[in-house]
Amino acid sequence: MSNRKQKQMEIEQLEKIASQVRRDIVRMVHGCQSGHPGGSLGCTELFVALYFERLKLKEQDGKPVFDMNGKDEDIFFLSNGHISPVWYSTLARRGYFPVSELATFRKLDSRLQGHPTTHEHLEGIRIASGSLGQGLSVALGAATAKKLNNDKGHIFVLMGDGEQQEGQVWEAAGFAPHHQIDNLVAIIDLNGQQIDGPTVKVMNNRDLGAKYEAFGWEVISIEEGNDMAAVLKGLYEAQSRLGHGRPILILLHTGMGFGVDFMMGSHKWHGVAPNDEQLAAALGQLEESLGDY
Amino acid sequence: MKKYTFTEKKDTRSGFGAGMHELGQKNPDVVALCADLVGSLKLEAFIKENPDRFIQCGISEANMIGVSAGLTIGGKIPFASTFANFATGRVYDQIRQSVAYSNKNVKICASHAGLTLGEDGATHQILEDLGMMKMLPGMTVINPCDYNQTKAATIAIADYDGPVYLRFGRPVIPIFTPADQKFEIGKAWMVNEGADVTIIATGHMVWEAIQAGEQLEAEGIDAEIINIHTIKPFDEEAVLKSVTKTGCVVTAEEHNRIGGLGDSVAQALVKSQLAPQEYVAVNDSFGESGTPAQLMEKYGLTAKHIVEAAKRAIARKS
Repeated sequence: MSNRKQKQMEIEQLEKIASQVRRDIVRMVHGCQSGHPGGSLGCTELFVALYFERLKLKEQDGKPVFDMNGKDEDIFFLSNGHISPVWYSTLARRGYFPVSELATFRKLDSRLQGHPTTHEHLEGIRIASGSLGQGLSVALGAATAKKLNNDKGHIFVLMGDGEQQEGQVWEAAGFAPHHQIDNLVAIIDLNGQQIDGPTVKVMNNRDLGAKYEAFGWEVISIEEGNDMAAVLKGLYEAQSRLGHGRPILILLHTGMGFGVDFMMGSHKWHGVAPNDEQLAAALGQLEESLGDY
Repeated sequence: MKKYTFTEKKDTRSGFGAGMHELGQKNPDVVALCADLVGSLKLEAFIKENPDRFIQCGISEANMIGVSAGLTIGGKIPFASTFANFATGRVYDQIRQSVAYSNKNVKICASHAGLTLGEDGATHQILEDLGMMKMLPGMTVINPCDYNQTKAATIAIADYDGPVYLRFGRPVIPIFTPADQKFEIGKAWMVNEGADVTIIATGHMVWEAIQAGEQLEAEGIDAEIINIHTIKPFDEEAVLKSVTKTGCVVTAEEHNRIGGLGDSVAQALVKSQLAPQEYVAVNDSFGESGTPAQLMEKYGLTAKHIVEAAKRAIARKS
């Protein structure tokens, strides 16, 4: 088999996983009638590409092994914690905890809190997030610790674009190049939507790439953030540029609600759960590939 | 009385600096962070010997708290330091989510707490920090009384796994605890045994309490004095045992009377051993510019005020 053909098969396999993750997302949010489907669906390719292909993770007998320190492996942080459904589904599908646990999302006594936390000891989660703007700072601390420990693993952190309005993000944006944090890839989900409407109308971020570049970051863009091949290529490119004294930022252009036609491109599905009819319509558009929970 | 005397005066923040210097030599996981106040926090000796383990954060306290939380994920023990106001009120949400709720092993080290910061005025004189930090689930809150105890506490919290708020100050005050003391988190320190009134003090107010005890003794009143260096977890047992014996209590703190040491004592008493209690604390107000001594006098935080409060408490005994 040619390399290209094999690569194509890998991409098709990842796309199948992504479809299942999307099914999980809408079912989880429907199951508790709360949560954030829009941003979760938009970031599905990124999560699947990271956890099933790009992140170097510790494994034993084909199962990931979780420890809080994440020594000698890559660590992912989610700053905009409200898109927890896509993270929980990806972690479960990757083998961090039983897939059946997804049914407990946002319900009493669940480890799958509305926003991710370490408080419930869920494998894969290393910091609480939900109050926005804190994730990049935490990622910088973890990246610094890796350098101090002479640990070659990399740090990845995903932020929302609305979240860029928080002042702390810019404290962190200045810190990273100053301290030459070059084992870190920060990603901004550019879906252009926030709770009150399109980001350009609520509080225009203007040219985020230019801002980060002015702070001293190296910025790359993934224009097709819902195309698996494009996401893989972009992540590979970002990783290949690490280790040269500068932090890397990926501007990931995604569509909010991607994969479910009536949710796509609208801020209205930021934090709204589908009803029974809408769930059926959504599931009708998404292939079941790994079995529902 | 005269149980405790002193030979020299030093600021508690220098105790922090000395503790960090020693930690730098003996614990390779300790990392110091600061937000543009290295000189004020007395970190020079640590930085000189461990330049790789010092992180200058600039004037960005929120980021400093987040970076500290991240460092713990790699097994480091971060000591994030700045003035108490910026270490707590300014970054309460960052501490709440990234440190306390996430149960990260971050040591928040807060200098220049309270009125005795002096001339800078109310913007810098935080009097609510003990209350804020005490209300966070899982947060340990420590407020040592002099140079030696601050040094001992700094070293002790490195060996304790969990988030800690360590509070100290700027004024130069007497050193009266031993240099070789064992610092036990959560354990009250009996300064002087007595029978007529319990005086429970924290921070440099312990020295004011000792002076108050001497004045009371001259008037024939036998005061028991307890140093509460750990506000949380709170040593209820020591407090209740003492108040059961003396029948009344005065609490003394350089903090708002709402939410600090006094309220911790009151909560303990109301559960099991009702007794008259008098507060020596700032009466729910902001501070102002002035010398530390002037402010202590104006806001009612001197030994004289403790003596008056003790007499009121004794008079209220049934």
